[in-house]
Amino acid sequence: MTEVERHGFDVVVVGAGGAGLRAAIEAREHGKRTAIICKSLFGKAHTVMAEGGIAASMGNVNDQDNWQVHFRDTMRGGKFLNHWRMAELHAKEAPERVWELETWGALFDRTKDGKISQRNFGGHEYPRLAHVGDRTGLELIRTLQQKVVSLQQEDFREHGDYEARIKVFQEYTVTRVLKDGDRVSGVFGYQRESGRFFVIEAPAVVLATGGIGKSFKVTSNSWEYTGDGHALALLAGASLINMEFVQFHPTGMVWPPSVKGILVTESVRGDGGVLRNSDGKRFMFEYIPDVFREKYAETEEEGDRWYQDQANNRRPPELLPRDEVARAINSEVKAGRGTPHGGVFLDVSTRLPAEEIRRRLPSMHHQFKELADVDITAEPMEVGPTCHYVMGGVEVDPDTASSCVPGLFAAGEVAGGMHGSNRLGGNSLSDLLVFGRRAGLHAAQYAEAAQEDRPLVEQEQIDAAAEEALAPFSAEGGENPYGLHQELQQSMNDLVGIIRREGEMEEALQRLAVLRERAVNAGVEGHRQFNPGWHLALDLRNMLLVSECVARAALEREESRGGHTREDHPTMAAEWRRVLLACSLADKPVPGEGAIVLQRKANPAIREDLLGLFGVDELKKYLTEDELPGAEADLPPQRADTDAEKKSENGAEH
Amino acid sequence: MTTETRPPEAADSTGRGVHSPGRAAIAQRHLRLDRWWLPQVMTAAGLLLFIGYSTWRAFFGLHTSYAAPYVSPFYSPCLAANCPKMDGGADWALFGGWWSLSPALIVLIFPLGFRLTCYYYRKAYYRSFWSSPPACAVAEPHAKYSGETRFPLILQNIHRYFFYVAIPVAGILTWDAILGFRDPQGHWGHMGLGTLVLLVNVSLIWAYTASCHSCRHIVGGRLRHFSKHPVRYRMWTWVSKLNARHMQLAWASLFSVGLADLYVYLLASGAFSDPRFF
Amino acid sequence: MSYEATFRVWRGDAEGGELTDFQVEVNDGEVVLDVVHRIQATQAPDLAVRWNCKAGKCGSCSAEINGRPRLMCMTRMSTLPPDETVTITPMRTFPVLRDLVTDVGFNYQKAREIPSFIPPQGVKPGEYRMQQEDVNRSQEFRKCIECFLCQNTCHVVRDHEENKPAFAGPRFLMRVAELDMHPLDAAADSGLDRKATAQEEHGLGYCNITKCCTEVCPEGIKITDNALIPLKERAVDRKYDPLVWLGSKIGLRRG
Repeated sequence: MTEVERHGFDVVVVGAGGAGLRAAIEAREHGKRTAIICKSLFGKAHTVMAEGGIAASMGNVNDQDNWQVHFRDTMRGGKFLNHWRMAELHAKEAPERVWELETWGALFDRTKDGKISQRNFGGHEYPRLAHVGDRTGLELIRTLQQKVVSLQQEDFREHGDYEARIKVFQEYTVTRVLKDGDRVSGVFGYQRESGRFFVIEAPAVVLATGGIGKSFKVTSNSWEYTGDGHALALLAGASLINMEFVQFHPTGMVWPPSVKGILVTESVRGDGGVLRNSDGKRFMFEYIPDVFREKYAETEEEGDRWYQDQANNRRPPELLPRDEVARAINSEVKAGRGTPHGGVFLDVSTRLPAEEIRRRLPSMHHQFKELADVDITAEPMEVGPTCHYVMGGVEVDPDTASSCVPGLFAAGEVAGGMHGSNRLGGNSLSDLLVFGRRAGLHAAQYAEAAQEDRPLVEQEQIDAAAEEALAPFSAEGGENPYGLHQELQQSMNDLVGIIRREGEMEEALQRLAVLRERAVNAGVEGHRQFNPGWHLALDLRNMLLVSECVARAALEREESRGGHTREDHPTMAAEWRRVLLACSLADKPVPGEGAIVLQRKANPAIREDLLGLFGVDELKKYLTEDELPGAEADLPPQRADTDAEKKSENGAEH
Repeated sequence: MTTETRPPEAADSTGRGVHSPGRAAIAQRHLRLDRWWLPQVMTAAGLLLFIGYSTWRAFFGLHTSYAAPYVSPFYSPCLAANCPKMDGGADWALFGGWWSLSPALIVLIFPLGFRLTCYYYRKAYYRSFWSSPPACAVAEPHAKYSGETRFPLILQNIHRYFFYVAIPVAGILTWDAILGFRDPQGHWGHMGLGTLVLLVNVSLIWAYTASCHSCRHIVGGRLRHFSKHPVRYRMWTWVSKLNARHMQLAWASLFSVGLADLYVYLLASGAFSDPRFF
Repeated sequence: MSYEATFRVWRGDAEGGELTDFQVEVNDGEVVLDVVHRIQATQAPDLAVRWNCKAGKCGSCSAEINGRPRLMCMTRMSTLPPDETVTITPMRTFPVLRDLVTDVGFNYQKAREIPSFIPPQGVKPGEYRMQQEDVNRSQEFRKCIECFLCQNTCHVVRDHEENKPAFAGPRFLMRVAELDMHPLDAAADSGLDRKATAQEEHGLGYCNITKCCTEVCPEGIKITDNALIPLKERAVDRKYDPLVWLGSKIGLRRG
C-alpha cells in the first residue's frame, strides 16, 4: 500500500493562475473548504506573462462600446467557431469581473476622469483593454493572490487558522484525477520538494492548468505549460475540443536564440508600432483578408490617422487578428524578405517619442535592453511568430464550466470553446475571470449537493497512480527525458506548426507514436527530492497526449480557419464551421497506434437574436445557406452527428 | 513546500547569519569577486578628509574666517562676541562674551546634525564605518543588530527638525553670498572670484537641502491625493527629481562648503588676493 | 560564437553540500539560466533549480551569481568574463531545500501578516474613481515580481536569523507603503493605522536604509527612496512630530 499525505477538501483547484485563483476565491466565498494546487510557487503562474490587458466593454474610453460589440468582435476573431453561449457570457460579465478586481486592490491605469483606462487591441472595435502599462497579468495575479491572502486573514480572525478554509499547496503536481465510479473523488500527485505523494479527497475538482505550449519549440509559454489539465481530463474520461487550433502570436522575440519565442506584446502595435520587411515596406496592407476588407485602412496615411481619430478612419492592418498577422509574417520570411535572424521588423522607435515609449511599454523596453541589447526607443525589434495559446481544451458546459465527468470542471486556457478558432488579445484574461468564477461557483454548488454522499477514494487507484509516477526510476531503457522533450518540440514545431500539410501531420503522428514508446523507457537519476528530470519524465505523458490531439485534429480538419492553416486546404469552409472535433482517450491503446480517438460533434447553432447582431452579408461569409436567419428550420445538428459517427472511425486510423 | 517560517534556532547553534543552520552550507562569508570594498573605502576616505579639515578649521580658524567681503560658511551665522566684525553679515553675539571657544562650534552643530541624520549619509557611514553591512550580500561582523529601533539610533528620526533649521542657515549663507557683491570696502556692485565660490556653494547647499527626503515628504509626499493639491504635487515632482540626485548633491555640497571655507582661509591668511571681475 | 565555461554550482541540501565544478558550453546571447539548463540536460539531470517564465517576469529563478543576488534569467553571459569561473549558489538568507532551491516560506508568512486592502464603504464596484497621479506611487510598488532578492540581500535578516520574526523585510514594508498610498484604502476608517503598524509590528525601525534592496531589485523599483523612507517619514509624522501631533489634537487633518 502506497504511503501518501492525505487531505480532505470540498473543492480542489488545480492551477493557481488567473482562472484557478478566481475559481478558488468563489468556492471559498460560498463557504466551501478549498484547496489550490500549483506546480510553481504561489503567484508565479503563467498569467504574470500576460501583458496587454483585460478585454471588457466598460465603455470608459469610447461609450459606443457594449457587450454586443464585444460579442461580435469575439465571434469574428474566432471565425464563428466559438461556442456562442460562452462568448455571450464572457462579453456580458467581463466588466463586472474587472470592477470587482478594484475592490480587491487592483490599480489599473486611469482615464482623465478617474475611470479605468482602456487601450486598443487587435480585433477589438473600440479601445477595450483595461491595463496596467504592459504588465496587466502581473497585476491580475497579484490582486487575486492578495485576495486569497485577505480571505485567509479573515479565517485567521475567525478560526485562529489562516488555512481553515482555503489552503495553497505550492510546488505540488497532480498526476491523476481519481474517480469513484463515474464521479470525481479527488486528485493524486507528488510534492516537488520532497517527492512524496499526496491525495486530496474532494467531490469537485476544477482544472485551471493553462495551456500546452511546451510541446512546441518556439513558444512564449513557461515550462509549466505541459498540457497537464488537458491530459488529466482525457485520462479522467472527459473530451477535448478544438485542439487543432493553436495560436501563434505574431510577435515573439527571434534573437538571441536563448530567448527565441518570448512574447512582444501586441500593445506595441496598439500604441503605434508598425511591421516592416527587410525592404522597409509596411507589408500588412497586402494581407487584409476579404472578410475584414471594409474594417481596415487601405493606405498608410489612413492607418496613421486612426491613432488620433478613430471615428473617421479605419484601423491599420497591423491590428488584424493574431492569426492573420502571424501568417503574413510567416509568408514574408519565406519569401526572403525577413530580417537577418529570420523575423520581420517591428518598429515603434520612429513612431513615438522615446519618453512615451518608456512610459507606455516599460517592460518591453526593459526586456529588449536586458535580453537582446536592443534599445527599442532607437531601433526596431526583430519579431516572428511564437506558439502562444491553445484555443482547444476540455469540452465544458458554457454556464457551469463542468465537463462531462461529474465533479470535473475546467476554466481558462484548459477549457475549450470560448475562443473558437482564434482568440483575440485581451480576451484571455477576461475569460479567466468570467469562467474561473463560474467554475468555482458551480464546483461549490456541486460539492454542496455531494455532501450527503461524498465519493470515496479507492486505494487501488492510489497504488496504480503511485506505480505510474515511480516508473521512471525503474525504467531500463535509459532514455534521457530532456532529449525526448526536445525531439517532441522539434517535431511539433516542424510538422504541426503555423502552416500544416497532410503528409507532415501523418509523419508527426508516426513520430509521436514512437516517442510515446520511448517515453516509457525515460529513466531518471538521483532521488525523489526536487528532481527536475523526474518531473519532466512525468510531464512527457501529458505533452505526448495533447500533441497527438493537436496533430490528429489538425489532420482531420480539411480547411483553414483561425489558428489552423492547411496549405492543402487554404480556404475556410462554412460546412466545417458546424463541426467540432472532439478528442478522447482510446479504450485500449495499441502499441504503435494512437492513444486518442476523434469524434465529430455538431457546433450548436447560434441563438437567433445574437445572429441578428450581424449583417446578413457578413454572416454569408461564415454560415451555410440553411443556417442564415430566415432559412428553413434547422436540422443540421443531427446531420452533423451522423456525419460524425461515420467519420470518427476514420479519425482514429490516421 | 510549506508556508510556515522555521523558528529561529537556539543561540548555541553552530553559526549565525549566512552560516545559520538550515541555510546552504557555504564556508565563505561572501562570494563576490568585484571590488565591493572600494566604494566603502572611498566614502570613508572622503568623509574622514572632510571631518579632519573641518575640525581643524572649526577649532582654530576664527582669525582666518573672514576676508571682507567674504565670510567662511563655517562661521556664519556667528553667534558669539569673539566673532570678527562682518560688515552687514550675520555676526549676532547672541551667546555673549562668556563663550571663549570657536564660535563655529555653536552653529556647526546644526549642519552637522542635518548631515548626520540625512538618509544618504546614514547609508554611507553605516556601510563604510559600521560595516552594517559592508556591502550588499557581504556578511557583517556584528553578532547583534537592532537597527534604528532603539536609542540612540532611533534619534535618526529627528532628521526633519534639522531640515527645518537648515533652511534659515541656508538663507543666511545666501545673504553672505549676496554680500559678496561688494568690494572689500563695502561698496556694492562688484564681484570677485570669491563671490562666485560662495554662490556656487550656496546653490549646492540649497539643492542638497531641498533634495532632502524629509523635504520631499513635507512638501507633498505625505499627501494621499496629489490630485487634490496640484501645487504641492508640482513641488513634490520637482523635489523628487532633485531627490534622485541626493547622494551626488550631498557630496558636491560637502566639498563646496569645504572649498568655500578654504578659499576664505587662503584670502584671510594672505596666501593670495581675490581676483576681482568688476 | 561558443566557448567552454567553468561553472561552480552549489549542490546539496539542508544537511550539507559543496560547490561542484562543471565544464559547459556557452553560446552567443545566452543567459546564466540557459547554461544551468544545459548542465541539467547533459550532465546533472537532477540538478534542482526553480524557474518559470525565463523572461524576468515571474521572479522564480533568484540565486546568487558570483556572490551577487540576481535573477538567473536576466544575467547575460556576456556580462561575465569568459575566462573566469562562474559561481552560483542558492539564496543564502533562506533555508536551502536542494541545490539552488530554497524554502522561501518566510516571505509567504510575512505576506499574510500585512493587513490587506480595505475597500471603502459605500463605493460600489465600477464606481471607483482614482486619478493617475494618485495611483502612480502604488503602481510602482506593484511592479514587484516577488523574486525575494531584496528579502535575501537585506542584512537585517541575512546576517541575523533572530530578526526574522520581528522584521517583514523590504518587500512587505513596501506593501505597507503601497496600501498606505492607495488613494481609496479605507484602513484609517476601520481603525487600522498602517504607519503605526509598519513601525510597531513589521519592524520598519530595523531598516537602516543601506539600500541593498534597491540595488538588487530586477524591476528597478526604488524601494528605499520611494517606499521605505516615505514610510519612515510617515511614521515620524505620527510619533515624533509635535506640530502634527498638535494638529491632530485640535482636529486639523491634512492630506
